[in-house]
Amino acid sequence: MKTIYLDNNATTCIAPEVREAMEPFFNERYGNPSSMHFFGGRIGKDIQKARAEIAAFINAAPSEIIFTSCGTESDNMAITGCAAVMGNNAKIITSRVEHPAVLGPCRNLKNKGNQLIELSVDSLGQLDMDGYRAALKGEGNKLVSIMWANNETGVIFPMDELAALAKEAGAIIHTDAVQVAGKIPIDVQKTPVDMLSISGHKIHAPKGIGFLYVRRGTRLRTFMLGGHQENGRRGGTENVPYIVGLAKAVELATENMKAESRQLAYLRNKLEKGLLSSCPDARVNGDTINRLPNTSNISFEFIEGEAILYHVSDLGICASTGSACAAGSLEPSHVIRAMGVPFTAVHGSIRFSLSRYTTEEEIDYVLKKFPPVIQKLRKLSPFSKDSMPPAGM
Amino acid sequence: MWDYSDTVMDHFRNPRNVGKIENPDGSGTVGSLACGDALTLMFKLDENKCITDVKFQTFGCASAIASSSALTEMLAGKTIEEAEKITNKDIAAFLGGLPDQKMHCSVMGREALEMAIHNYKTGETIMKQLDDHIVCTCFGISENEIRRIITENSITNIEEVTNYCKAGGGCGMCQSDIQKIIDQIESDKATTTPPPQSSPNKKLTNLQKIKLIEEVVEREIRPRLQKDGGDIELIDVVGNQVIIAFRGMCAGCQSSGFTKQDFIEAKLREFVNPEISVTEEEK
Repeated sequence: MKTIYLDNNATTCIAPEVREAMEPFFNERYGNPSSMHFFGGRIGKDIQKARAEIAAFINAAPSEIIFTSCGTESDNMAITGCAAVMGNNAKIITSRVEHPAVLGPCRNLKNKGNQLIELSVDSLGQLDMDGYRAALKGEGNKLVSIMWANNETGVIFPMDELAALAKEAGAIIHTDAVQVAGKIPIDVQKTPVDMLSISGHKIHAPKGIGFLYVRRGTRLRTFMLGGHQENGRRGGTENVPYIVGLAKAVELATENMKAESRQLAYLRNKLEKGLLSSCPDARVNGDTINRLPNTSNISFEFIEGEAILYHVSDLGICASTGSACAAGSLEPSHVIRAMGVPFTAVHGSIRFSLSRYTTEEEIDYVLKKFPPVIQKLRKLSPFSKDSMPPAGM
Repeated sequence: MWDYSDTVMDHFRNPRNVGKIENPDGSGTVGSLACGDALTLMFKLDENKCITDVKFQTFGCASAIASSSALTEMLAGKTIEEAEKITNKDIAAFLGGLPDQKMHCSVMGREALEMAIHNYKTGETIMKQLDDHIVCTCFGISENEIRRIITENSITNIEEVTNYCKAGGGCGMCQSDIQKIIDQIESDKATTTPPPQSSPNKKLTNLQKIKLIEEVVEREIRPRLQKDGGDIELIDVVGNQVIIAFRGMCAGCQSSGFTKQDFIEAKLREFVNPEISVTEEEK
């Protein structure tokens, strides 16, 4: 069976070039960059080079990059580290649609004496900007952590404006840029954020590597104590092969970004239009204008997401859902709910996320195989329009 | 992915007895779009009062569809008396087991069956138990339902209650109430004495009630809000309606409509009267 992988916002395959770049660092060049001999010392040079390339990817200085194990670590480091410097007496401003890697530490910090404001979004998933401006008012320490683009809907927040307003108000601003990396250009000189999180495995590098950009002068309490690595800001021997792999991944992303984004948007739009025209009672969740080129989130009304995923999985198609059942929780996706999507559609939301390796042939296959699954499940559902109203409802 | 048995996947992929029956002898629906799963079950009896035809329609996940399909196979040829004896455990066993978090799918099957039999016997389409009070307001689960789930499945903790009937899995405010029910059933088992009244509602005078509300606000509610930099003011009490105003950080906080109000309501219901509703003062 062919695998049609349309779940790239969850994770991506490792690019062959990335794998190739990493290869020598497993067996031949395995030295510790901190060692006082040529075998380790030369590895330090490799890391230096990788750091410079990664810094260039977001137009930062190499010293502003801290390597971490993943996006979640980067988010935690930024938020808890900054709040600690503020004496845990800060107003933390975030949004209701953040990734759990941001909501988790923010809500934890609320219990430690900080004030927490979770901004709402409108029905298109766009941030409440008036609420944001109001939240930035007042004296005292302020820490903003707002995602650049949403992982479930692909909706892009106006980060230039968010960062500018934060700076005006004297707030520190962090952004989770995990989903935008490689899809839209990131330039921290143009977008004046203080901290920015990136994860490797969303951009065809392996799982287990990420980084946090920290603008020079931004104070951050270290929480991984130990060695002097990363200028003492994150102890632990460098994950050399993965750092080299990440550098290769950002190089590939930079090279192809424009052409790739165009191609992604073309395929995504073809998929979305095709599904909407062949499946009645389906709707796109989120702003379709300010959106990542690779993401489409569609609600199929009257049916449930896990059942859809299991059926299409039998056909080799991989996607994800905001349904409660699939998450092992009882609450459907906090992102979809925050947007006020009607109950008829909440549980049947499916996210398709494409990558540079998605082909038109694969999209055509999905367009052919997906609609019959929807029809099959609708026939089963007591809520479909062709069903008579069930007794007692 | 879930660790579903082959039987579950078979019933999910090839559901049996899907559809509707014209003029059924019994029909029952449980669940809703909001809950994330729902099931309509219909059956027809032959002259010997045996189930000859049974059909279902399900909105829900793979295990909800499989549980419904399995139930229809279990019911075929059974008398009403035999059908009445089917429990959620029987449905799960028929399927070769269900993941813990999916046990509520089997409970949904048993509930729809109960509803359909009730409909057959009385002609009513809903079962109203007026003396039963709702413990979990997120999913509308009553105390009797929770008691039954606990007893039938020998449940000993809140997590299992949530897995089996969803109660406690929404806002989580009712978890202490669920724990009380579990504790009570446990202690009943130990002593085998008749169960005490669950929440004694002695009749309070209006003045006593207001005084009690004030006490609960002081003791249970205000300290928690003040921790978040907020405060509460008691504006009025009209019958069981308590009108409040948020002060400090709570005022104008976007989350005050949800968590704080629910929290206050839950506390007042717990300590004063289960009928109490809390509204914010109109500005």
